[in-house]
Amino acid sequence: MGDNSRPMINKFFATPEAALADVPDGATVMIGGFGNAGMPAELIDCLIAQGARELTVVNNNAGNADAGLAALIGAGRVRKILCSFPRQADSWHFDKLYRAGKLELELVPQGTLAERIRAAGAGIGGFFTPTAFGTLLAEGKETRHINGRDYVLEYPIHADYALIKADRADRWGNLTYRKTARNFGPIMAAAAKCTVAQVRETVELGELDPETVVTPGIFVKRVVRLASLRKAA
Amino acid sequence: MKKLDRKQMAARVAQDIPEGAYVNLGIGLPTLVADFLPKGREIILHSENGVLGIGPRPAKGEEDEDLINAGKEPVTLLAGGAYFHHADSFGMIRGRHLDYCVLGAFQVSAAGDIANWHTGAPDAIPAVGGAMDLAVGAKQVLVMMEHLTKEGSSKLVERCSYPLTGARCVNRVYTDLAVIDIKADGFHLVEILAEGLSFDELQRLNGAALKYRAAA
Repeated sequence: MGDNSRPMINKFFATPEAALADVPDGATVMIGGFGNAGMPAELIDCLIAQGARELTVVNNNAGNADAGLAALIGAGRVRKILCSFPRQADSWHFDKLYRAGKLELELVPQGTLAERIRAAGAGIGGFFTPTAFGTLLAEGKETRHINGRDYVLEYPIHADYALIKADRADRWGNLTYRKTARNFGPIMAAAAKCTVAQVRETVELGELDPETVVTPGIFVKRVVRLASLRKAA
Repeated sequence: MKKLDRKQMAARVAQDIPEGAYVNLGIGLPTLVADFLPKGREIILHSENGVLGIGPRPAKGEEDEDLINAGKEPVTLLAGGAYFHHADSFGMIRGRHLDYCVLGAFQVSAAGDIANWHTGAPDAIPAVGGAMDLAVGAKQVLVMMEHLTKEGSSKLVERCSYPLTGARCVNRVYTDLAVIDIKADGFHLVEILAEGLSFDELQRLNGAALKYRAAA
């Protein structure tokens, strides 16, 4: 691998434990995925074992059944969740803690959630969106009439960590994704101070076609290769 | 009177989606519309989770957990389909690039307000998903729902009693009884769908005044 005297950028971490060791209590953690597609299940399992508490979690949902984000919530590690669609037939861990008043919910329309995350990564201080104008979810928010339409002011969502799942990565942290598992990955990667990507495969520099890199390595701090544990259909 | 069943409703909506349209079908009843799009018409289906060009359901055993729709059901991708991230996906919606969206609803008002995310019950856990973005973003917002609640009251109303998803955004409603447009002055009957239903009876069942202008 070249001249050993020259330091090399290497974002590969050997284990998810090492990649998440420094997540502190009270951190804001974005978790990629839409349902199970793109959900970094092994990183979430590792975060549960790591033990950080009082987390604020940003995800589209509030967990399904007993695995992944649902398990993190069920373990009582989450203080607040920002999401668009918490209530599902199998979101029982969320439902129970929410009804008990032990979990704060900030419900955000899905497009506003995505754009607030994008805005954080893009250095935008706020934006006006037509979504939710005149509804409960815009109550108390600043509004503006622009060019004949009504808009609601929304602010970016920044995070300390983003846990995402991608398909392939090189040691500079360049990422490609697979199908609809891309979803929130690219925007969360840009919005967090420390983005940790679990990937199916790691490759040498130059092996990823630069035309197909979706998340450039500048947005990624840590990469862990994990064989995906695909559930039997 | 013979009401339309869900499949017949889906088929009626599908008839009105033209060649070349970019369309988002909401979760639940609207998803059925995909099964009835006229063969030979090229229509491009969008889903919030970052895909254009959704194809038919995969055969059993061919599902791919990385390829799903907004309802988290496995789908396939047509030749010509594309993937993109969530912010781009909602940029397409809010940016007025979708020709149609089809949404389910609890209520639609004569002003075109839609309520479909929250019953307002104090113990309900609200969930909104992409409904508010679709309601303000699609060029044509179509609603597909039963005309009456289980208790028999009209879901087409003068004013929504449930919390709104979007204000003044619905263009047309397809129910198991009729197709109804929403114009500046309220509900306009386009077509009665239920066999043996008269205009007077529909007007009696409907929660707000219904205008009808015989085809010119």
